[in-house]
Parts: sequence; structure tokens; C-alpha cells
Amino acid sequence: MILEQVAASDFLVVAPVVIGIACGALLLMFRHHVRWQAAFSVFGLAAMTAADAALFARVAAEGPLVMTMGSWLPPFGISFTADLLGAGFALVASFVAMLCTVYSVREIGATGRRYGFYPFLMLMMAGVNGAFLTGDIFNLYVWFEVFLIASFGLMILGSEREQIDGATKYAILNLLGTALFLIATAYLYGVVGTLNMADIARKVDLLPATAPVMTISALFLFAFGMKSAAFPVYFWLPASYHTPRIVTGALFGGLLTKIGVYSLLRTMVMLFPEQRLELSGVISWVAVATMILGALGALAQSDIRRMMGFLVISGVGLMLAGLALGDATGLSGAILYAVHSMLAMSALYLLCGTMNEYGGSFSLNSLAGLYRASPLLTAIALVLFLAAAGLPPGSGLWPKVVLAKAAIDLGNGWLVGAILVSGLLTTIALGRVFALAFWRNSAEPGEPVDEAERTPVVPAFGSLIMLTIPILLLGLFPEPFIRMADAAAAGLLDPSAYLRAVFPAAGGGG
Amino acid sequence: MRTLIFRTAAPYLTALMLLFSIFVLLRGHNEPGGGFIGGLIAASAFAIHGIAFGVRQVRKTLHFHPMAISGFGLFLAVLAGLVSVIAGVPFLTGLWTSPTIGGLTVDLSTPMLFDIGVYLVVVGSITSIALALEGREDD
Repeated sequence: MILEQVAASDFLVVAPVVIGIACGALLLMFRHHVRWQAAFSVFGLAAMTAADAALFARVAAEGPLVMTMGSWLPPFGISFTADLLGAGFALVASFVAMLCTVYSVREIGATGRRYGFYPFLMLMMAGVNGAFLTGDIFNLYVWFEVFLIASFGLMILGSEREQIDGATKYAILNLLGTALFLIATAYLYGVVGTLNMADIARKVDLLPATAPVMTISALFLFAFGMKSAAFPVYFWLPASYHTPRIVTGALFGGLLTKIGVYSLLRTMVMLFPEQRLELSGVISWVAVATMILGALGALAQSDIRRMMGFLVISGVGLMLAGLALGDATGLSGAILYAVHSMLAMSALYLLCGTMNEYGGSFSLNSLAGLYRASPLLTAIALVLFLAAAGLPPGSGLWPKVVLAKAAIDLGNGWLVGAILVSGLLTTIALGRVFALAFWRNSAEPGEPVDEAERTPVVPAFGSLIMLTIPILLLGLFPEPFIRMADAAAAGLLDPSAYLRAVFPAAGGGG
Repeated sequence: MRTLIFRTAAPYLTALMLLFSIFVLLRGHNEPGGGFIGGLIAASAFAIHGIAFGVRQVRKTLHFHPMAISGFGLFLAVLAGLVSVIAGVPFLTGLWTSPTIGGLTVDLSTPMLFDIGVYLVVVGSITSIALALEGREDD
């Protein structure tokens, strides 16, 4: 038993999850009060973001923060362990979700609210935060289930035929991935005899050479690869992400695949470093294929939502490239890219929604003349497209520079080529959107835009601009971000601080 | 299923099962039982009531929407964890108190509060599903 008193400030490590579940429960209880739902959710997510920010500041200053549930000693109790990587991702995810919720005020009508959009949203964010902050691999599985079940609810909101079709594919393939994750976890428990990640990290080295750790890490690679939409198991993403509401697409595209990438970083780098080295050839080919096929897929689409889905996949390839490289610079690039991708992909989905508001369509064949309709939207679109393509002044540039530098240092020419080619293809794909939807004159030029219809778009612009600001900051002042990413990568490569935080009596096992 | 025998027996069955579900819930702390199984028994009680008298009748009897009951249960479970903040112990630690009310010592604890939360979550969600399925047959 843990007997010493715990300061109230230590509860920061569970606070984001507690806020998420408590707000979700309250929203569920007062589901028919549709008017309050949106405002309460924004408030709850703001509190969650504030808790994540405080946690991140504390972890950056003092190192990993641990709380083991129910006063049990680790590894027997479930430890929540926030290090720089987990706290940073949780902070960005909550921030993005808060802004997406502001956007949703207009999009989600009374019916969507009555069917429980906001309770699902809060419970999903509780799951997302839990996944980033937990220090127990079975608990990670539980949080995967929590956000997955909530995401099913979000995906079928509206019950259109197309949505049910997309959700069926999404549900079956994701449940398959989660089942594989569970099998791998059970296998790991059978071999190592513990589920606490810090405990696994220190016990894996002591296993006899005959222990099937390679099988387990390959299973984890496959399961999380499926979750993060990596080649060749990404088909569920383009089949489903364009069907739900725009704000749901923004949340899924921005956040959910990143949890897969986070889990890959956590397991492959921190728990199985030797096996990652063995598998790095496989991972780098998967990364190359994901990057190029994602970008080619984006090039082939005429529906802008489908295009964004493929861009999410292409970005996952870049993060996997960092995992394949596996040195401090490569991992730092992958982490930086994940942060960029959470911000930029959510913003791009919201942009698609706003383009639809103005142009009345998601198809590049009929969208035209948006520049005349809204110069502000055009400016935001330009920044976001540059960011996604990895050109200055957007946020995509620096992660790609860091990744390419790491690849050159390690002499992996194929990866460098793939990073550059996928960037070029993305530029062409998004350039096409810009040329067709924004610059091309519409068929009936000079058509007056209905002012009354434009005014309610204020929350949409508010959230788009708030998302664009950190994207520009990351593009223009990258040093603090790179420093944090470097520190997070260092914490993964050398988890001694993480281990010490969980097991203060060094090596004693409590 | 509106036979006379079933409709006569259903209220007694429902009442008995609800009583039994609470017994199982409280018994669960030291012996087999608990919130989950108790909740399932209570949900089947409402399902039987629904089969006998129709879904609308059950919804009226429950007064709260089943999902709202679920939400309240979830909220209770979170509260049970948050008592730890005041006591200065890690989240979800079991805390006990035994006040004497009218010469009767009652053992109260946060695990019990948590278990009541689980009970309500299960009652709410399973009843919600059962009523949705029964409702379709009624129409």
C-alpha cells in the first residue's frame, strides 16, 4: 500500500480523464436540455485543456508524474504515468477538440444533440486523454475501447445510409485491430508477467533469449499499425472518414490515428528497443508505402473530404518514418509531425466544412469562386495548405526537415526520397484544390453572396483562426517546439526517469 | 405476451427481482454479487415489466430516461474516486466510515458508492437496449 499523503496537485495526472468522464456523465443525464449541451462541452473541454496544460508544465519542469490507483503499489495497481510525450499529445488533443466543439455549435442541430453528440464527444476525449496518460498497457487497451465505442456513436450520428456503410467497415476493422492488441497484451503478460509499462521496460531485458518477444512486438506493430492507418491496413480510413459530420471527421482525422502512432512509439521504442531495431527495415518500407500511396490517393480524389482522409494516411507514413529511423532526431521529428498533424488535419477538415458552407458542395467539380466569396477563408486555406504540404510558413516544414535530416544522417536515402516525393504530391493535390475551388471563377460570376447566410459562420471562422495560430507559430518559431520534442524523444529512448518515477526505490520493485 | 397469468404475475416478479437486485448489490462487497450482476437483475425486472405492460408503461414508471440513469451512475462512480482528493490519498482509494445512526452502525465506503454507480450504469444501459428491442415488437 502507498501510505504517504498525496498532494491535491498530484491529481493533475488523472484530472483530464476525470473531467472528461464527469462532463460526459452530466451531459448524458441532461441530454434533453439541448441548448446547454454545446456551451457546457466547450467549458468542459476548456477545463480539460487547462488541466493538460498545467500537467504539461509540471512534467516539463519536474519530470514524469505518477499516480497509482487505489493506493496499490505499482506494478499491481494501475499507474497513470504522464511523461513529456503523453502530456504533450494530450494537451494538443484537448486543445483541438475544444476548437472543434466551438465549430460544432452550428453544425450539430437539435436532433444530433438529442442523439447524444456531446456526451459521446466528452467520453471520447476522456478515452483519448486516458490513452495518452496511462502507464499500464492493459489500461491502454481499455482507453482504446472507450474512445472507440464513443467514436462509433459519433460516426453514425444522422443514420444516413452512407454513414452506416462507413461505420460498419470502421467498426469491424477497428475491432479486429483492438482484438489483435488484446491478444498481443495477453501474450506479453504471459511472457513478462506484468502489465505496467515501466515494469515491462525493465524486465524485457532480463528475459531469456528464447522468449518470443519478437513475436509480441510484431503483433503490436501490426495492431497499432492498423489503428494508425498504415500501409497495408489503412483501408478502413478512406472508407469511413468522409461520411460523418465534418466536426467528427476533424476529430477523428486529427486525433485518433495519432493515438495509434503514440502507442507505436511507446511500445516499440520504450518497451522493445531491440526488436524495433530488427524491424526497422519493415517499418521503413511500410512508412514509404504509406506516405506515397496516401499522397497518390489524395491526388486521385475529387471529394475534398476523401482527399483529407488520404492526407491523414500520408502523414502517418511520415511519423512511421521517424519510428523506422529510431534515433533521437528521427523520433523528435515524428513527435513534432504528430503535433503538426493533429492541428493541421483537424483544421483542414473544418476548412472543408466551411468551403461547403460557401460553395454548397464537397466536390472539386462544382466548387469554384471561393476567393470572391470569402478572402479570409482563402487566406486561411492558403496557410493550411502550405502547412500540410510542408512549405513555409506552415507547421509542416520543420518536422519534415528534422525527419529528412535524421534520414540523411543514417544514410537512408529511400526515406529521404519518399519524404520529398510525398511532399511534392501533397503540394500538387492541395494546389489543385486551391486552383479549382478558390481561384477558378464560378460559372455565374459576380453572384452576390447572401449576407444573412454568412453571419452564423462566425464560430467556424473563430475555431479555424484559433487553429491556424499555433500552426503558424510552429512554422515561424519552431525552436521551443523542437526542444520539447527532443526532450520527449530523449525520454522515450532512455526511460530511466520514467522508471524512477514509477519505482522510486530504484530497481527495488517497490 | 399479454396473457392473464403473466400480467398478474409480472408486478410481483418485478418487485421481487428489484428487491433481490439490491440485495445482490449490497451483498457483493464480501460475497459473490455486486453492482454489475445486481444491475443485470434489475434490468431484467424492467424487461419483464415491459413485456407484460408495454414499453410506454415502463418508461412512465421509471420517470427518468434509462440513459440518464446510466449517466447518473457514471457520475457517482467518478464522485467515489474524487473523495480521495479530500482524504489526500491516490485516486479511487477505498475509504471507510462507520457512523452510528440511531444505535445502528452502518458501514459506508467509497467502493460501495462506486458499486452503486456501476449498478445504475448497467440498469440504465441494459434497460435502454431492452426497451428499444421490445418497442419495435410493439409497433
